[in-house]
This record gives sequence, structure tokens and C-alpha cells, in this order.
Amino acid sequence: MRSIWIIAKRELQSFFDSLIAYIMLVLFLGFSGFFTWIYGADVFLVGQASLQSFFDIAFWTLFFFIPAITMRMLAEEKKTGTIELLLTKAVTDREVVIGKFLACFLLVAIAIAFTLPYYITLANIGNVDHGAVWCGYLGLLLMSAAYVSIGLFTSSITNNQIVAFLLALFIGLFFHIIFNVLASNLTGFMGQLFHTLSLSVHFESLSRGVIDTKDVVYFLTIVGIGIVLAESNLAKRNLSN
Amino acid sequence: MDIKIESLTKTYGPQKAVDEISFEVKTGEILGFLGPNGAGKTTTMKMITNYIAIDRGDISIGGNSIKNQGDELRRHIGYLPEHNPLYHEMPVIDYLEFSAALQGVPNHLVPARVKEMVKLCGLNAEKHKKIGELSKGYRQRVGLAQAMIHDPEILILDEPTTGLDPNQIVEIRKLIKEIGKEKTVILSTHILSEVEATCDRILIINKGRIVADGTAETLRKQAKGQELLATKIEDGSVEEIEKAIRELPSVASVESKGDGKFEIQSKPEMSTARDVFSLCVKNKWVITEMTPSVTKLEDVFRDLTA
Repeated sequence: MRSIWIIAKRELQSFFDSLIAYIMLVLFLGFSGFFTWIYGADVFLVGQASLQSFFDIAFWTLFFFIPAITMRMLAEEKKTGTIELLLTKAVTDREVVIGKFLACFLLVAIAIAFTLPYYITLANIGNVDHGAVWCGYLGLLLMSAAYVSIGLFTSSITNNQIVAFLLALFIGLFFHIIFNVLASNLTGFMGQLFHTLSLSVHFESLSRGVIDTKDVVYFLTIVGIGIVLAESNLAKRNLSN
Repeated sequence: MDIKIESLTKTYGPQKAVDEISFEVKTGEILGFLGPNGAGKTTTMKMITNYIAIDRGDISIGGNSIKNQGDELRRHIGYLPEHNPLYHEMPVIDYLEFSAALQGVPNHLVPARVKEMVKLCGLNAEKHKKIGELSKGYRQRVGLAQAMIHDPEILILDEPTTGLDPNQIVEIRKLIKEIGKEKTVILSTHILSEVEATCDRILIINKGRIVADGTAETLRKQAKGQELLATKIEDGSVEEIEKAIRELPSVASVESKGDGKFEIQSKPEMSTARDVFSLCVKNKWVITEMTPSVTKLEDVFRDLTA
């Protein structure tokens, strides 16, 4: 446990040392603030004390930002060779992957936490459905966790950050919309399967204020699979080929 | 902690990178790992540090096999990889603290260990800089410092002096020698004088196999087994001197180089110097020159690996 935290702390530190964290925070808050309060289907246009418009925009901004955070995690370490030094210390492959997962997830969580003033503002100007808002936040966190693990997995495949980024977007796109589109075009078992696989379906039900174990399990499963795959990619160095 | 390696094998596709290697290193011993490029030095070191898995054979450290207790044994190993990969964006102190924490140094001891390493490796003037801003030599020192930060019983150093200037090389060698008194050190290098200067024992590997194992002295003897004496003898006819020397029991061959100079080769494990001297005294010849020519380690290396 201690090793996981040490690795996560170092990664977080390097986010804040290298401007990535600040750029991410400014862009995320700028985008989501702009579309929540000023432009498009913003709170005032909708005329309801609801953060739905924020959740909708965050759903998309996080989709693009998270791969940008995760792309360097393992790819850069592999490219510069620092992974060798890291993995010959008293840590396991899994601890390294989980530590990095935690760092990315915490950075996203910090960004999301900075939007809490939206909630407070809204609570002051209208009658907010508190349950729905918290569920929405939970949905954002779970979705972020899922995309972080996908990003880590793609970062573990290659030592090129751009490849990792694009691959994460590509895989993410399936979960984000393509499965949903397929689900609405297909019927029967396949339709049901893609419906279950679609991330947007699970996110929507959470952001509407319904916590279903099915949804939570869905997100945690993606996280688990992503981490295990990233770990097994690291372990590939042991294969003789 | 002793390291014992038994018929270690690692295959990459059709190529055997390491082929049935067996050797042992004891505490307080500095083992020099020599070999041409691609001989399997780095692969062996990666297996000892448990970075890559073993195909066949076993490595045991302090009696425990790394197959069973690999994760636990890493704590006892300090490793400096070949290209010294470090996080360039991190300040030296932060990086050393990070390494110490990961290697399980208790929190309250971390600052003291970092301070000691900074002093030992001469990093004081550079300690607040980012690693990326340091010169190659200083980066190498950071690499050494991180390898030793948790006071490991075993040090694995893959070409520790590459990129250092001559003064730094001398310093680092001194440091390694000092550390090697209490610890088990394996260091790999291409530089033969380095092995002679620092190592107690030399292991030469070629194409994944051990081709020589011993001290610099024994390797030289093994390689030639004969002593070559360059002499200049005056006050006698060349033919007479040559004939008399050839008749000496310890001499294998003698060659006249003209101008009274001779090259005398001894029989294996024998020395000719005394016999030649007595012979000259007896015949009242004057020896004006007598130099034993030593087999260079370079020659040994070339003989074994070419």
C-alpha cells in the first residue's frame, strides 16, 4: 500500500511541476464553466436549478482530457527506460500500475472538485435536487476512473505517447458513443449486449440521480480490466521471444 | 549476502542471450563482469535484479531463490542500469527521497540517508537542481546514489563509469572499492583497466557463456602460462650466448633480435630470469637489460572472445 501511495504522490507532483495539471484545470474549468453558465444550453436557458448541463459538457471534456493525462504514464517510462529502475525497486508491477492510476484519478478528481462552487451557487439561486447532483458527481468520478484505466492500458502497449493518446480515444469512442449507436440500431441479444456495454447509458442513469449497482459494477469492471491488462503488458518483458 | 547462479539460461527467440551460466559471488567481493557487446552481461544483470524472468536455472541470493521471493529480495539489491535512466524533471533530492521511500527506508530515516548519499557521491553543489540539468557525470553519481540509498547488501552496477571524466572515474572506483569491502558487488564494463583497478575477481563471458573466471593474475597465467623475457647481453658472441641459453632447463625458446638482444620464452609455469642471470655470471657476460614482458589483460580478453 505504501508503495502505491509513494508512486501516486510522485506522479501527482510531476503533474503539478510540469504545468500539465494547471493546463488541465484551466481548460476543464473554462470549458465546463463556459457551457454551464454562459453559452448553449446553459443553466439560465434551461431555467432549472439543475447541473445537468454541466454533467453533459463534463462528459465530453473528460473524454478528451483523460487520455491526454494518461498517455505518458507508462509510455514515457518505457521510452526513457526509467521503468527498469522503477520495477527493480521493491515494488510489484501491480503497485506501479495502481499508483499511476491513482495519480491520474486524483488529478481528475481535483478538477471535478473545483466545480463544486457551481453546485453551491446553484443551491443559492434555486431549489436543487441534491441527490441528483451527488449522483452526477459520482457518475463523473466513475466514468473518469474507467477512462483512466483505458488510458493506462493503451499507454502500456506502446512507448509512443501520441499512439497511446489516439488509441485511448479510439477505444473510448466505442464506450462513449459507438456502442450506444449500435444498441439503438440492433435488436435482440446484440442490441442488449451493446446497450449494456455503452458507457453513456450507465452514465446517464447515474446523472439522472439513480444509483444502480449494475452501473457501479459496470464502471468498476472496466477499471479492473484496464489495470489487469496494463499490468500484463508490463509483464510481457518476461516473455522470451 | 552471497549470490549463487546455477545454469542460468535466457533465450530471445532463436538466440541464447545467456547460456548455462553458473558462478558465485561472496560478500565482500567485487566481481568484474567483462565481455564484448551483446555477450549477455546486461541480460544476466537484469535477471539478478529480477527485472526479467529466468528461462532456466536459478539465482539464489542469501540462500533464497529469486523465483520464490523475488519481490522481497529486491529490497537487498541496489541497481544502476546501463543507460542510467532517471526522471529528468525531478530535483536530485526529491528523486533520492522517492527512491529511499520505495526501497522501504523508514520515513524518519529518509532525510539522513539522502544526506549521506549526497555527501558520499559528491552531489552537494547540485542537489537542488533538476536531474535533467546535470551533466552526465553528475547524473551517473545520482544513479549510484539511488542504487545505494537503502544501504543494500548487493550492488549491481552496469557500466558505472561511462561518461565520467578521468578524475570522476578515479573517485567512483575508489567509492566502489570502499563499498565492496562489506557488500557484494557485481560490475560490468568494457574498460579493462577498470576491472584491474577495482575488481577482486573477473568473469569474462562471450556469446552467453563463461569463458574465464579468476583474478587478473590467474587469467594472465591461464592465457599464456609462459613468461617472456626481453634481455640484452654483452661481452660474448651472439651464437654462443644463444646456444647456452637454449640449453637452460627452464627455457622453451630463445630468439636473437640482433645487437645482443634476446627474447627468451620460459616453459609453462617456470621462470627463466634466475637461470639466465647465473649463466651470465658464470660466463662473465654482462646483462644490460632484462625486462619481463607482462601479458596484458587486453590480450587475454582478445584471445578469449575474438
